[in-house]
Amino acid sequence: MKGRQASGTEQAVDLCGVSLRGPVLNGSGTFDAIAARRAFGDVLLERFPFDLFVSKTVTLEPRAGNPPPRLWETPAGLLNSIGLPNKGLDGFLAADLPQLAELPVPLCVSVMGFTRDELAVLVERVGARAEVSLIELNVSCPNVETGLIMGADPGETARAVERVRPLCPKPLVVKLTPNAGDPGAVATAAEEAGADAVSLVNTLRGMALHPRTRRPWLGGGSGGLSGPAIRAVALGQVASVARSVSIPVIGMGGIASGADAAEFMAAGAAAIAVGTESFRDPGAGHRIGDELAGARGVTSGVTSSVQPSPDHRSGGAPAA
Amino acid sequence: MTEARTLAPPERRLAEVLECRRVGAYTLIMAADPEGPADPRPGQFYMLAAGTDWGGGQAERPYLPRAFSFARARRLPAGGAALGFLLEDVGPGTHRLGLLGPGDPLALVGPLGVGFGPAARATQPLLVGGGIGAAPLLCLHDELIEAGAAAPVILGFRSAAHAEVGGLFEGEVTVITDDGSAGGHGLATEPLRERLDAGPPATVYACGPPPMLEAVRALCAQRGVPAQLALESGMACGFGACFGCVVPTREGYIRVCVDGPVVEGALLETALVAGGGHQG
Repeated sequence: MKGRQASGTEQAVDLCGVSLRGPVLNGSGTFDAIAARRAFGDVLLERFPFDLFVSKTVTLEPRAGNPPPRLWETPAGLLNSIGLPNKGLDGFLAADLPQLAELPVPLCVSVMGFTRDELAVLVERVGARAEVSLIELNVSCPNVETGLIMGADPGETARAVERVRPLCPKPLVVKLTPNAGDPGAVATAAEEAGADAVSLVNTLRGMALHPRTRRPWLGGGSGGLSGPAIRAVALGQVASVARSVSIPVIGMGGIASGADAAEFMAAGAAAIAVGTESFRDPGAGHRIGDELAGARGVTSGVTSSVQPSPDHRSGGAPAA
Repeated sequence: MTEARTLAPPERRLAEVLECRRVGAYTLIMAADPEGPADPRPGQFYMLAAGTDWGGGQAERPYLPRAFSFARARRLPAGGAALGFLLEDVGPGTHRLGLLGPGDPLALVGPLGVGFGPAARATQPLLVGGGIGAAPLLCLHDELIEAGAAAPVILGFRSAAHAEVGGLFEGEVTVITDDGSAGGHGLATEPLRERLDAGPPATVYACGPPPMLEAVRALCAQRGVPAQLALESGMACGFGACFGCVVPTREGYIRVCVDGPVVEGALLETALVAGGGHQG
């Protein structure tokens, strides 16, 4: 794991003009670098598991998040209903951003607006900060003006991206939801409206019932599913979107090993993100980056193919 | 108060199971963790998973690690600590952990969270546990005894089989059971009330099921007694990443894993909190 810095140069990635030491990101909302530093101390900065840090989603106003319970373990997965707790834009810029700027990797800030005007304020003010290298638009929420989930509809997505594109010279990444009829069409709409990259997948909508009462277990009613349980769906959507657009695709969804990551890159992802696996191992990003370097070295002849080789499969089991 | 927190290495590592034995209704796992810190704070916890065959069992669970306060920590001569964890088979994760044997790998991350802090000035520590909540009090008790402090313990259990855990404690332990099959008959809060009203000024350290913790919190609040309560909540990560383990407090939701698990009783409106994520 300590060899990561050295191997990083071999794996260096240019993502929308931002140079990264490697291709491993965290999924937004799956790693709180500030809390992790409380638990692990400054050694976290020396052994930081990701090559680009993506913040938890910031909204204009502070949010407390959903009432507990917020979690449910599923077969090889996790259903969550967290509800985007955050300090709001002012709190984020004042309290969180200076701490995130101390991380040893570039920073991408995830934002979500419930109207296009809200989104515009977020993008303009976050984008104006020198500490921020990229902005990710979390469009997995309803536009309260139209009632449509922004990221589920190509037109809504296009209008959101068109609205914010002129406000920010920095790369804009659109985080796609898998709960859309045609993610490829949404990705194409995002690209045509000026997005610099797309990332996918967000969680799949699902629910769990209390084993005795048969009422919804999660305080928020329904939740989003992540983990290896969704990996095949995510891989399929990444491959489909990568065929639809020419901008970089950041792939994620249940990646738990370098072999998994290699499959996503073979399917067309320029970079990958680790999410739920970091819950099981805070150093997962590091480990997956190292494994990926090995996997790509071994199977460099097939990395442009969407047909995973048997070698990938044999190494694909999570370490735990 | 400075946080009672020993920092954890930022990666999962493998410990080696030394012993896995029954203690009445519970199982005590001892594992050597040579790469971890030698001095976790009582009240801190570790995220545990069996090093092999974690997942793929009934209904393809467990998947996530499980949070356990450590019950024992003994420095290893070559570094790190031998850690003890007390568990009860209540679901696929605890079941799998209970099958571990000597030499088996135990994947862990920790120590995590904030542990118990020092007692308030001019007070005596008073430890109150319910069921498996005795675990973090055991290492706290070890530490207090070693420091020569008087540290009375009150433990409540469902039955005599559960109450065998009381035998792990040295010195004065008051045991009480729901069914009267061992020690007194009733709830741990009854001897606690007597002690608070008749004994020397105390700082209460408590861990147990939410109804017990709430009764302890209320008893202490009514009397102005400082209480340090070790909370439990289902959690996916243990280090603040998932935001899944929140409980409501007077200051809004807090994450049990990074802001707790030990919190001041005064922070809580109620300790009867709906935690709970994945089960067992």
